Amino acid sequence: MAEIRVEQLSKAFADFVAVRESSFTVRDGEFFVMLGPSGCGKTTTLRMIAGLEMPTSGRIYLDGEDVTYKRGGERDIAFVFQLFALYPHMNVRKNISFPLRMEGVARREVRERTEEVARMLQIDHLLNRPVAGLSSGDRQRVALGRAIVRRAKAFLMDEPLGALDAEFRELMCEELRLLHDRIGATSVYVTHDQVEAMSMADRICVMNNAEVLQIGPPSEIYARPATRFVAGFIGSPAMNFLSGKGGLEAGATSVRVNGAAIAVPRLHETLDHDDAIIGVRPEHIGIAGEGALKGRVFAVEYMGSRQLVTVDTDAGRLRVRAPNTVRVDFGETVGLDFDSERLVVFHPETERALASDLFAGVAHG
Amino acid sequence: MSAGATSAHSVVESKAVGKWIAGLLVMAYALVAVVPLAWIFSTGFKSPPDSISYPPKVIFEPSLEGYVNLFTNRSRQTPEYIESLGTATTWYDDIVRKRNMVITGPSRFKDRYVNSVVIGFGSTFLAVFLGTLAAYGFSRFRVPLKDDLMFFILSTRMMPPIAVAIPIFLMYRTLGLSDTILGMILLYTAVNVSLAVWLLKGFMDEIPREYEEAAVVDGYTRLQAFIKVVLPQARAGIAATAIFCLIFAWNEYAFALLLTSGNAQTAPPFIPIIIGEGGLDWPAVAAGTTLFLLPIVFFTVLLRNQLLRGITFGAVRK
Repeated sequence: MAEIRVEQLSKAFADFVAVRESSFTVRDGEFFVMLGPSGCGKTTTLRMIAGLEMPTSGRIYLDGEDVTYKRGGERDIAFVFQLFALYPHMNVRKNISFPLRMEGVARREVRERTEEVARMLQIDHLLNRPVAGLSSGDRQRVALGRAIVRRAKAFLMDEPLGALDAEFRELMCEELRLLHDRIGATSVYVTHDQVEAMSMADRICVMNNAEVLQIGPPSEIYARPATRFVAGFIGSPAMNFLSGKGGLEAGATSVRVNGAAIAVPRLHETLDHDDAIIGVRPEHIGIAGEGALKGRVFAVEYMGSRQLVTVDTDAGRLRVRAPNTVRVDFGETVGLDFDSERLVVFHPETERALASDLFAGVAHG
Repeated sequence: MSAGATSAHSVVESKAVGKWIAGLLVMAYALVAVVPLAWIFSTGFKSPPDSISYPPKVIFEPSLEGYVNLFTNRSRQTPEYIESLGTATTWYDDIVRKRNMVITGPSRFKDRYVNSVVIGFGSTFLAVFLGTLAAYGFSRFRVPLKDDLMFFILSTRMMPPIAVAIPIFLMYRTLGLSDTILGMILLYTAVNVSLAVWLLKGFMDEIPREYEEAAVVDGYTRLQAFIKVVLPQARAGIAATAIFCLIFAWNEYAFALLLTSGNAQTAPPFIPIIIGEGGLDWPAVAAGTTLFLLPIVFFTVLLRNQLLRGITFGAVRK
């Protein structure tokens, strides 16, 4: 097991920059998820760690050893592909044992390790079956088996659940996380699905447009997004954004939105721009008779224990996650209350979150 | 249109009438395709008079005379001389003596046939081998001027080969490749390799790169990954390509006629010139043709599953 350190990693394909000066460290035994929309460079980063792609610049260290320009096979890393890449001309046993047969492991040990892995993944009854007839879940398990059997230093997974249907994906998410805890291997997992990322990760690395935007535990990223993109990408429904008046001094504790003052965590830096953007999660808005903002109810989605209320205000459309004890009707005018300690103020141009009491004590940027 | 007019029908399954028509068309085509083959096959077992009788005989007394004549050289003798030889010791001697002839030795058909086999399979192997490597390279690596090179390879196929017959004839004479088996193998390989590269590149493109990448991450070298992962999956494509190459090399007539004579002559230019008594010996020609058809039939049947998969490869995406 190992630590993966990536320093100032960049990759350009002709004049398209896929990854720009990314740096991060995946700790030993950690489940590290790289999250971002498609084309953000997360898969390219993963492929560079695996040695399938050579970086344009930067360094990759595996357990302290510089492996930047080593061949994939010399890095002792296992890779699980999105479409599994099971060899169709081999049966399950041969697929799983394929990496071992290269390493020159004794035949008996190959058999034992293959069977052990198959038992762990509960596919031991399928060992002699061709891979063609397997269900997608079993294919996924075979692909994992092929990765695990090597006892490699790290597992890299490129959207391994992307090809599964939604219901099954949830189950495999759990299974994967359990498997990780059991083996304790360093894992890097790439996905565009924030729900997957939130449920599995020890830490999440959010990428967009070839750049790493924020790295941190799921709760941290959710509560203290470093940029507006991170805030909008994580959480379902997404964070609401209100445009307010800028020109704020350090120490300010409220932002004016349409004449009303909305209390925010005390800012630690000034905002010398005419506008400001306030980010607020749907669950941090309360419906009240009186409130900082007023608006008309546009839609109500009943979700069992909760309801999702869409309210049109002068400052824009907001989605509110309210307990279902609150009764609201379409067209009704309601007041909105904000949980002032949870609001984030973003710079409208750089889209960076301003330092405030919310971020106090948290390494930022 | 009224609702009553729409009968239950499926867009994928045709109606019974349609099936009958399709079946009849297929049978009609099969008849057209099979009749010449049946004609050749039956002529091979006719006696020379039966083979040229008019109207043609559909029912006849089968004879192996054509096959005997194909494999032997004979000379005409007087009945008295034949008489003096006593009874024939073998069945083929018997057949020949009934025509007042004696066998003077084996014909050259066997040599020609062996030449065909060596040249046909040799050039097929070379073309598919080179084609597979080239196709893999073009499919996976960044080759400078890739498109131009692929076009160049294709362009060698655009002219009818016989258009370059004279230059090749002169070149081969200078190089001492005329009428040699090596020369013919090289020539057919050169013609086939473009077909092989283009066909196989299509197949290689269809094989996901992830397979090799998975193998490379697992510690295999590029070449090992190619052999263990890519080749087995390209099997169908390679088989299909090999059949096409073999059919070309096996049937090629023009170059064989022009460039070979005594030594490296293949079966195609030899078969039509089997001269019998008083003209062409049609049963012997038909016998030679029948034997000539067999390997292609055999290999096509042997590889038919691969071939079918190969031809429809990539048509359906899973």
